[in-house]
Amino acid sequence: MIEADKLTKIFPATKKAKEMRAVDGLSLRCEPGKIYGLLGANGAGKTTTLRMLATILEPSSGTARVAGFDVVDEPEKVRENVGFLSTATALYGRLTAREMVEYFGRLHGLDEESLRKKIDSLFETLGMNEFAGRRCEKLSTGMKQKVSIARTLVHDPPVMIFDEPTIGLDVMAARTIVGFIRQCREQGKTVIFSTHVMSEVEKLCDRVGIIHRGRILSEGSLAELRARHGKQDLEDIFVEVVGDGQ
Amino acid sequence: MSLRNIGVVYRKELVDSLRDRRTIVSMLVIPILLFPALTIGMGLLGAKLMSQAKEEIPDVMVMGGEDSPRIMDALRASKKFHAIPASPDFKTRISDRTLRAAIEIPAEFDAAAGRGEVQSVKIDYHEGDVKSELTKETASKMLSNYRDDFAGQLLAARGVPTSLVRPFKIDENNVAPPEKVSGSGFGGLIPYFVIILSFTGAMYPAMDLTAGEKERGTMETILTSPVSRTDLVLGKFFMVFTASIATAVFSLSSMGISLGLSRQALDRLLSEKEHAFHFALDPRGVLAVFVMIIPLAMLFSAMMLAISLFAKSFREAQTYLSPLTFVVIMPAIIALLPGIELNTQTALIPILSTTLVGKELMTGNHPWGYIALIFLSSCVYAAVAIGAAVTMFNRESVLFRA
Repeated sequence: MIEADKLTKIFPATKKAKEMRAVDGLSLRCEPGKIYGLLGANGAGKTTTLRMLATILEPSSGTARVAGFDVVDEPEKVRENVGFLSTATALYGRLTAREMVEYFGRLHGLDEESLRKKIDSLFETLGMNEFAGRRCEKLSTGMKQKVSIARTLVHDPPVMIFDEPTIGLDVMAARTIVGFIRQCREQGKTVIFSTHVMSEVEKLCDRVGIIHRGRILSEGSLAELRARHGKQDLEDIFVEVVGDGQ
Repeated sequence: MSLRNIGVVYRKELVDSLRDRRTIVSMLVIPILLFPALTIGMGLLGAKLMSQAKEEIPDVMVMGGEDSPRIMDALRASKKFHAIPASPDFKTRISDRTLRAAIEIPAEFDAAAGRGEVQSVKIDYHEGDVKSELTKETASKMLSNYRDDFAGQLLAARGVPTSLVRPFKIDENNVAPPEKVSGSGFGGLIPYFVIILSFTGAMYPAMDLTAGEKERGTMETILTSPVSRTDLVLGKFFMVFTASIATAVFSLSSMGISLGLSRQALDRLLSEKEHAFHFALDPRGVLAVFVMIIPLAMLFSAMMLAISLFAKSFREAQTYLSPLTFVVIMPAIIALLPGIELNTQTALIPILSTTLVGKELMTGNHPWGYIALIFLSSCVYAAVAIGAAVTMFNRESVLFRA
């Protein structure tokens, strides 16, 4: 379960840029076994929102409860219950695939015995045994994706956060990720993911939030959005909503 | 704060760093190979050139003296230099370093000396040029011996005993044991080397573990783990500290071993007079210096972590840390100047104080009050730096600097 309540993030003014309200009073709710899609253009506030939910950034005001813990008061508890994946979350190149996942398992407090069992089964399921002992820097993009997936799953989190997980990936690697997101839903996890690709939203999402300038301008299931805006095509709906906001 | 988490982070950083060729070069290869080669090589070369310059018989131009055969004979008879005929451009030649020195003898020198008149013989030389200065001293010594003999003969001719010229002798006698001699000579440099090395040893890992992680995109990955940022920075800190101490240990041991091996070569090369170069170092002194370095290495590690965390890329971190090298080297050099001594003020200046107390420790002195003061003050500075690094790690404006 994720419940965001008037999340706001203001980046203070610097020499180069003025004060920036990246996320502005954003509230949303994602339920277990459902996929929530955050749809927005570049700079709409998607990454900042997800980073606040993953407690990588602290909200300027407002808060959120993730898996029952408050992101401001108990950030470490939140992180214990979240798997966070984005194309920005790189791997340690000089660790092997197995060491990389082991490291995160240990950081999540797993004891050596259950860590070994968990990794054996993860590597088996994801088909990673063949390159388990190879250094991450030597892996192909697809293999790296699998290591990242194993890294987010090693502590079996009930909440998954994906920040533009398919950006820059080729078709096959992107399919792996999309399949993985579906699997998470089947396992009853709460899933939120951000994207600017309409087709991904249409394929995956149970609920969609269209985000622009840090605010959610329209929200609902795909059917609700279509009914509300009188349009079939999600792209047309998106343009209408965002255009309204300008 | 969780010791277990700090340990997990530390172990991972250690494995990761030991697989990095650049860390191995900065932590092992440079201290083990380059540094001793540099210090011992330079030392040997210096000593060799010095003894060459002393053994070489230089040319000295003699000006005037045509009417004074007695002093001219004595000058020509000297085995320490060759007297060469006069040439009017001697001053230019000395300043061009094609001539070491010249002796100017006034007209009618022999005759005037015989009458007991005071005259002056001038020696021309190039100040600051080691070879010229050595030649000047040789000529000066030869002339003053000649003067003493001459005076003795004058006295003898008047029936006065010659011993009146030299009523007493001067015997120079070193009473310091060999380890104190080398402690104040070459040994005084040891603390300085160790400080510089512990600094440079921490530099690369400090950048790699902070700015390097940002650059490679792993910073965001590690921040998604439940480990607290304080545990994270402490694990990293211990890794950088390990590299710092390891660099110093490896270089000192390698230096010790190569010194031991090259000792015979040194003995053959150097005459008795340069016995300050005999490396009779007190191992307890070296050990004590090491203990004093520990808080300083902590200060370096934490300081560089905090600064390079601010950088967005490895290159940017290098820009920030390079000037810091001078900040560290300066106090260490100042401590080597004569007249800079340990007192309650200098004992509170980091780096300077450690170099100064290191010098004392190397000569076998143990000023306990200062040792305690310096160790404690260094610990306080280190704690402040660690605090700063932790604070930096907890600020998202630093971690995600746009």
